[in-house]
Amino acid sequence: MYKIESKNVNLHYGSFHALKGVNMAIEKNTVTALIGPSGSGKSTFLRLFNRMNDLIDGIKIEGECLIDGKDIYGKLIKIDELRKRVGMVFQKPNPFPKSIFENVAYGLRVNGITHKNFIEERVEICLKQAALWDEVKDKLNKTALSLSIGQQQRLCIARSLAIEPSVLLMDEPASALDPISTAKIEELIYELKDRYTIIIVTHNMQQAGRVSDSTAFLYLGELVEFDSTKKIFTNPTDERTQNYITGRFD
Amino acid sequence: MSHLNIELQDLRSNILEMFELVQSQLTKSKESYLQLDKDLAREVAVNEKRVNGFELKIDRDCENIIALFNPVAIDLRFVLACMKINSNLERIGDIAESVAKFVMNFQLEPEKELLETSRVIEMFDTCIEIMNTTARSFAEEDTKLARSIFKLDETVDEINIEANDKIAAYIRTHSDRINQSLYTISMIRKLERVGDQCKNIAEETIFYIEAKVLKHKNKKI
Repeated sequence: MYKIESKNVNLHYGSFHALKGVNMAIEKNTVTALIGPSGSGKSTFLRLFNRMNDLIDGIKIEGECLIDGKDIYGKLIKIDELRKRVGMVFQKPNPFPKSIFENVAYGLRVNGITHKNFIEERVEICLKQAALWDEVKDKLNKTALSLSIGQQQRLCIARSLAIEPSVLLMDEPASALDPISTAKIEELIYELKDRYTIIIVTHNMQQAGRVSDSTAFLYLGELVEFDSTKKIFTNPTDERTQNYITGRFD
Repeated sequence: MSHLNIELQDLRSNILEMFELVQSQLTKSKESYLQLDKDLAREVAVNEKRVNGFELKIDRDCENIIALFNPVAIDLRFVLACMKINSNLERIGDIAESVAKFVMNFQLEPEKELLETSRVIEMFDTCIEIMNTTARSFAEEDTKLARSIFKLDETVDEINIEANDKIAAYIRTHSDRINQSLYTISMIRKLERVGDQCKNIAEETIFYIEAKVLKHKNKKI
């Protein structure tokens, strides 16, 4: 069984057809990169899997989106429960105006966990998984806003890991970062793959090549090609994919 | 045209120029051998420095394109193929030079019967034909033409295989021409390598256009 699947997914924003019959099956513990020009439907597709599109006016979603074989748009699905299983990291880091510790502990507290030792342990584990522990272990009570942008983004990743999701959605997580912070996030993605299934939207072709196992090229809402990243970047099947990745796209 | 496209076009032009230079070296080495023209042989030897210089320039260009533009897909295959084609062309240049050096050091014109028996002229002509076909297949991105090189190379291999017996028989009846005979064998061995290098170039041309790896495989693919 695939970890994540979309079956003939169509999405309309009012009269605009944003996703056109997208079929994709993603294996567990892999990184999938979504590439394509602006407006191709990458972020829309990504946000399907934690139902972030639901509140947009005039939206209409058809088809099936499955996680662990269950349709996440089914009637019995609780969105809060879904979002515990599906973490999300955005383009710009958005830490809460709280301490570093509280940022990571927040998800646990709102889920009713009060056991002090458990929370402390979990915060440490998540900060270690996000490769941030060594840099912040001596200033956990300082405000998260005092961290550099790269550190803030890793803190946001640690925060999303606290509630132990099995899927991580990343929407251009390194696009606002300098090359050193970008390299750290990329290393992190590589390490997190052992425990999480990750989908990442990126405009950086080299980044897609470096971090992902599979790559999907979307264009005008259509999934043009989905294959192993090695295949996409050495010998793509569709001419449109080749034109896009080689920069010959009109 | 994008900056990368301009760089790739320049690389293609340089490889085609390298092809022309090496083709000319091979043709001149043949002429110098048949005419025992030492001046022409000297010209080939001098021009070898240009071939070497060109090889270094193309290598540097390829390195720069990879480092600065991170090419992918067909662009990456093209640059990788150019690096290998460049190296193969340089080796053909070395072979032309070694023929020229042999001419410069040799005193006697090759004997007509020996030339006919050993098929060395046919070998030279086939190598030049293979070289021209290889250059054309690269320039026109014609993989069908590139595949025809594998067949042409069989002729070169056949002449090479037969050479030992034929030249041995020649020596038995012309014991005063042992030196000339041995030099002819040596010439055939060198030219056989031209066929191999062209075959490698054809494989690289097919690799970059069709993304098929033919190296170490049955060439009927």
